[in-house]
Amino acid sequence: MKKRVVITGLGVCAPKGVGVSDFLNTLKKGESGIAFHQELAALGFSCQIAGKPEVTPSILEAFFSPLQRKGLRASGIVYGVIAGMDAWADAGLEKAAKEEPDWDSGIVFGAGTLGVDTFREAIHLIDANKTRRLGSTTVIQTMASGISAYLGGILGCGNQVTTNSSACGTGTEGLIMGYERIRSGMASRMLVGSTSDSGPYVWGGFDAMRILPSKYNDNPILASRPMSDSAAGFVPGSGAGALVLESLDSALKRGATIYAEVLGGAVNSGGQRGNGSMTAPNSTAVQRCIKAAIKDAEVQGRDIDVINGHLTATKKDVDEIRNWSEALQRRGIDFPYINSTKGIVGHCLAASGSIESVATVLQLKEGLVFGNQNCPDIHPEILAYVDASKIPQQTIQYQPKIAAKASFGFGDVNACVIFKEYPK
Amino acid sequence: MRKEERFRTLKNIVKVYLPEDVSEEAIEAESNFTSELNINSANLVDIVLDVEDAFHIKIENDDMDQMKTVRDALYIIDQKLLNKA
Repeated sequence: MKKRVVITGLGVCAPKGVGVSDFLNTLKKGESGIAFHQELAALGFSCQIAGKPEVTPSILEAFFSPLQRKGLRASGIVYGVIAGMDAWADAGLEKAAKEEPDWDSGIVFGAGTLGVDTFREAIHLIDANKTRRLGSTTVIQTMASGISAYLGGILGCGNQVTTNSSACGTGTEGLIMGYERIRSGMASRMLVGSTSDSGPYVWGGFDAMRILPSKYNDNPILASRPMSDSAAGFVPGSGAGALVLESLDSALKRGATIYAEVLGGAVNSGGQRGNGSMTAPNSTAVQRCIKAAIKDAEVQGRDIDVINGHLTATKKDVDEIRNWSEALQRRGIDFPYINSTKGIVGHCLAASGSIESVATVLQLKEGLVFGNQNCPDIHPEILAYVDASKIPQQTIQYQPKIAAKASFGFGDVNACVIFKEYPK
Repeated sequence: MRKEERFRTLKNIVKVYLPEDVSEEAIEAESNFTSELNINSANLVDIVLDVEDAFHIKIENDDMDQMKTVRDALYIIDQKLLNKA
C-alpha cells in the first residue's frame, strides 16, 4: 500500500527572495533578482550579470553559530542551510533531542558544486606548500554531500541523509527521491532540496560556452527572457530551495499545515541519443518522462492546470513547449497555463528545480499563477502550440488543482513531478 | 608577553570552539580540550592554526599530539617563544 505524501514546509534562499514571504512577494510582483556584478566585469566575462541571494550579516548570524561562521566560504552551504532550516521550522518541526536522532526523518539535499570558493582557497594554499594551513572544514565545505551532512547534523536526522547530483535536474530529482522513500514507507519525513553556490568560478564555464546573454550588462532586469522571441541565453543564478515532504498520516497526526500533495513523478535520461546530447535533451525522453510522471500520479494530460517549465531562455524553449504539447496532447487555448520562474531569479542551476518547485507549490497554496517576465514578444513557434493567454505576463488569480514541474539537465537527464492542491 | 596574557590570548582562541553547553569560565589550566571542554577533535587543528597566528610560532604535528590540556598548550607556546628569542 502506497503512502500518500504531502508538503508541510517550504524554505527558500533565492535571488530577491530570502525567506518564503519575500520570495512570494517577488514572484507576485514579478520583480527581478538579476543584477550587474562588478566582479564578473573585472574578470572580463561576456555575461556580467547574475542572480545571487542577498544574505546579510544578520541573516548569517541567525542561522550559523560563530564557530560555524568561522572560515565559512561555501555559499552552497550558506544558501542550503538557510533554505533547509527555514523549511523545517515552517513545517513546525523541531531539531532532534541531543542524545538520539529522529530515525524517521531524512534528507536528500542536492548540489552541483557546493563551495568552489573554498576549493579555490585550498588550491592556493596547497600550491604554496601550506597544506597544513587548510584547517578542519575544507573537506566538508567542498565535498558534494557537505550540505546534507551539515543539515543532518543541525536537525539530527537519523534516516537516509544524502546528496544527489544531476546538473540542472538535481532539485526536481531529489524531490522525487524523497517522495519515493516516504511513499514506500521507509521514512515519515524527508527534507528535500538543492543548492548552488555563486561566483565567477561557478559560472565561468557557462560563459565560455557562449550560452549566457552578453548584451544586457547595462540592463540586467531585462536579460532573462524565457519563451521570448528575443531570448538570448540563460542568466546564471544561485541559491537554494527546500521542501519538507511528509506522509499524510504523519502530517495529520501532527496537525501540520499542508501546502499541497505530491501525486507522483518520474526521472529518465535520453541517453544522449536521437536529438539528445551532453547539453541538449532528447525530445522523446522528455515526453516519456512527462507521460511517466502523469501515469505515476494516476492523472491524465488533460488534468494538468499549470506547468512550471524548465524554460531557461535559450532556443531550446521552443523544443520544450513542443514536448509538453505532444506529451499532454494539448495545444492552443486548451494548453495549460505555463510559466518560468527563471525570468525572475535566472537559472539557479542545481538549485533551480527546488526553488521552482517552491514557486509551483506556492501557486497551489495561494491560488495564483505567477506572471512571466520579459516575454511580451512570445516566440512565434511557441505561439503555434500555446495561446498567448496561457502565458500570463502578470500574476493572475487562478486556483490550479494540479501542477506539473519539470527540470532537465546536462547529461540528457530529465525529472518531472506532479503536485495537487490540498483542499483547505 | 606575560604568562597571564598568554593564558588570556589562548582562552580567547579556545572559547570560539566550545560547544553551546560549555561556558567560557570552564576553561582552566587543567582543562582537557576534548574530554572536559568537549571540543570536537577536528577543531583542535583549527585551534593550533589560530595559536600559530596569534603567537607567530609554528606548531609541529608532534607538538600537537602532546597538546591534551590548556596547560600543555601553554607549555608548548612558552617553549616555541623561548626558542624563537
